[in-house]
Amino acid sequence: MSTSAPTSETPRHRQLGLTDYEYELIVERLGRDPGVVELAMLSLMWSEHCAYKHSRKLLKRLPTAGPKVLLGPGENAGAVDVGGGLAVAFKVESHNHPSAVEPFQGAATGVGGILRDIFAVGARPIAVLDSLRFGEPEASQRSRYLLERAVAGIGHYGNSIGVPTVGGEVYFEGSYEQNCLVNAMCLGLAPRERLIRSAAAGPGNLVVLLGALTGRDGIGGASVLASAELGEGDEAKRPSVQIGDPFTQKKLLECCLELLDRGLLVALQDLGAAGLTSSVSEMASKGAVGVDLDVACVPLREQGMEPFEIMVSESQERMLCVIEPTQLEAVLQVCERWETLATAIGEVTSAERVRVLDGGEVMADLPVHVLVDDCPLYDLAPEPPSAREAGAGPGPGTETLSVGVDRVPSGTRAEPRCREEGDDAKTLLALLGSPNICSRRPLFEQYDWIVQSRTVRRPEQADAAVLALPDGSGIAVSIDGNGRRVFADPRRGAAEAVYECAANLACVGAEPLGATNCLNFGNPEKGRVAWQLIEAVEGIAQACEALAIPIVGGNVSLYNEAPAGPIFPTPVIGIVGQVPDVSRPGRLGFAREGDLIALVGPFEPSLAASEASKLRGDSPHGPLPDADERRIRDAQEKIRCGVRSRALISCHDIGEGGIAVALAECCMAGGMGASIELSAELDLFAEAPGRGFVVSGSAESLRQWEEGKPSARCTIIGGVGGSSLDISGRLTVSVDELDRAWSKGLAQFF
Amino acid sequence: MKFGVVRFPGSCDEVDALGAAALAGEAVILWHAERDLHGVDAVVVPGGFSYGDYLRAGAIARFAPVMEEVAEFARGGGLVLGICNGFQVLCEAGLLPGALLPNLSLRFICRQVLLDVVEHDTPFTCAWEPGRTLSIPVKHTTGRFYAPAPELARLKAGGQVILRYASGTNPNGSLEDIAGVCNEERNVFGLMPHPEHAVDPLTGSTDGLLIFESLRAHVDERAYV
Repeated sequence: MSTSAPTSETPRHRQLGLTDYEYELIVERLGRDPGVVELAMLSLMWSEHCAYKHSRKLLKRLPTAGPKVLLGPGENAGAVDVGGGLAVAFKVESHNHPSAVEPFQGAATGVGGILRDIFAVGARPIAVLDSLRFGEPEASQRSRYLLERAVAGIGHYGNSIGVPTVGGEVYFEGSYEQNCLVNAMCLGLAPRERLIRSAAAGPGNLVVLLGALTGRDGIGGASVLASAELGEGDEAKRPSVQIGDPFTQKKLLECCLELLDRGLLVALQDLGAAGLTSSVSEMASKGAVGVDLDVACVPLREQGMEPFEIMVSESQERMLCVIEPTQLEAVLQVCERWETLATAIGEVTSAERVRVLDGGEVMADLPVHVLVDDCPLYDLAPEPPSAREAGAGPGPGTETLSVGVDRVPSGTRAEPRCREEGDDAKTLLALLGSPNICSRRPLFEQYDWIVQSRTVRRPEQADAAVLALPDGSGIAVSIDGNGRRVFADPRRGAAEAVYECAANLACVGAEPLGATNCLNFGNPEKGRVAWQLIEAVEGIAQACEALAIPIVGGNVSLYNEAPAGPIFPTPVIGIVGQVPDVSRPGRLGFAREGDLIALVGPFEPSLAASEASKLRGDSPHGPLPDADERRIRDAQEKIRCGVRSRALISCHDIGEGGIAVALAECCMAGGMGASIELSAELDLFAEAPGRGFVVSGSAESLRQWEEGKPSARCTIIGGVGGSSLDISGRLTVSVDELDRAWSKGLAQFF
Repeated sequence: MKFGVVRFPGSCDEVDALGAAALAGEAVILWHAERDLHGVDAVVVPGGFSYGDYLRAGAIARFAPVMEEVAEFARGGGLVLGICNGFQVLCEAGLLPGALLPNLSLRFICRQVLLDVVEHDTPFTCAWEPGRTLSIPVKHTTGRFYAPAPELARLKAGGQVILRYASGTNPNGSLEDIAGVCNEERNVFGLMPHPEHAVDPLTGSTDGLLIFESLRAHVDERAYV
């Protein structure tokens, strides 16, 4: 895909992002040239963002079936059964390019969009999480600006609409300098029978537009922003970024839920990327019907909008529903009560065509299948690294593999901070203060994590967020991904994201029910990116199969590139799990003097692509440590049992920074020290995410728990007490000093 | 004891306030567009972003039909509790002294804070033991209490400063660490912290419950007289 600026001589279809081949295919399918409105609609429906033309074949590899799955991929959001007659709907979605161009509104409308996906299936949004990636904050003023404004934007939308932000993650790497990542995940709760699909049905039924006026904002967002690389002059694309209005959406949300409770809707669909075009086409396609839509009926924010502008506008806070004509009066009454605009703009037909009228004049008349199904799907042309490149070890051979790090303009890379080997205390403090590990408090304090009164575990209390349900059970949720590790070893790195996320859930006693993923990658037309994508999907699929976690929905974000090169390949995994008794959630901090501390799980870590290696200035390279899927599954099950039975007083999975950082985090969260003896072979800072746990409990309960099923490797490594973390023969640092280093890492930028 | 919790478009914490009030008595929603207060003993104006708060926090909500009745109710001695956005609304409506300005950090801040109860002799705080420190969360962008010096002096002299942030924990730059004030007649009380989010040990503390229990105790006692 060309990133050069289109000129007036460039054919219209190319300006809109279609290739000549795709345009010819459209002419062939229609038997004529498309009209202006038709071309605008097709260019959006055939964009990467809507058609998934480079990823759809690949996504079939992901496991999607499971005993608790109620809604799978293809709906606005996936949903799982959580018992008690309730369903939890959830999904993660990216808003990367809008956030790179205008971080506040880009991130805010990212949250707004994912919230609509959730209430589009009839669920009340109950929690938001976010997964963010920026360039190095110390080296780059731009990255600090993006971080500050994106966080403010997420807070602005979530706080104002009354949905708590309960968790998330953020990493900083040079490869995200120009192209930051803003992924937002939302969970919603619904009575099972209120879940609704988006398939239009019943010829003669009315199509009603709900919510905000339609304006010129966000025109071409899906094709111009989401499906092309970032480049020079992106500031000129700011008009393509939508503006969020959480107040209007709050009313729209309450209005839609009341309409559903009263049984007034046949189908419901949000308006997101590609606006009316996408919503109408998807609803018609899923219901195998057609829709006649009159743009003259659409309430507009400004005068003189062209029909094509109305069809492609991405104005926020709008929903589309299908109702029976006899219910119109009742629908309008509910909408009036919530001060939400509602306008009948069309009708369901049996023709399986989308017709756009402007008063009496037909502006577009397209078969639904051409809009939704006929976009060509492309095979990826993967280019694996050569044996020499993949052969591990930094050196000249890794140069091409390191694209994305090495091409980042100098001055924006993190300077190596701690080159000296052998001073473990110094290394630990440097790691704790580093942007990828330090306290996230300056961020999450800008989010309301309290509203709705469900949040039993918030960030820094446990490895996963825990939310209470009305029947005394709970759900847990975590979101994870590590582009640095996926870059080093795409298959193992992506699998690790699944292990890590499931491990976080195990630490609060939760059993995974389902997952959602967001695949953030560079330009898939490039061989190396294609290879990363294929390998990562394979890794996710294998890990999900091993842990029996179905993927119920997600999102793909490609073309995350700037002139400096692609981002680190960044698959992000969100998992939702069940906690049978929410009054027994885990915690990560040590809690009782005298408790024993144990290392649990098949933890055979290495320094490959670790934070310690980053600290030393190494570029990330594989291979990552092997994963024994059966032993990982058993270890996580054992942890889950221990938390549920309260044999474990605290529980924390060993992530970035290895066992030393994990122990320090347990000390800081509990405000107490620990004395530890470790085998001399174990590197304090080596990593193997999702495979190792630091737990504490009384000697007796740990012994009983260890003897129980399933079996997992478990070694007593020390005890809780004192005011310092003491790792025998390696380091002694007071908890206060740990806390000082850890607390100021990000706080210095706010 | 019957609580009424106002629901404006854009209210966020009204369901939580309803749940907290229901632990101390009967609780109903009062719809912003209706003037009927349903015979409640106390009105709670809850947190959130009423009407989006795009203009100035609380500036639009004071004109809601229900607020005319709430003002009338307050002038007649009725008990009115404003939490966060509700505090802002009551200040805008002139039912409480002072004003709430943007936090010094200019950022939204969500944090568990410690509060010193300054005055026990009000219908809202009578169940609190003197000298007790409370743990209750704050979450707001516009929570910095301000009053001009003469008014502030009057407030202090009249015992209208009810709650202060514990020394060194002032999250927003409020004047003299003030977290909550009442009117001269002591029947209208506004505070930035969220007592309705401190009523369950599972999600935090239970210190906030005391406000709702104080109100019930006060109303029950009044009923006996």
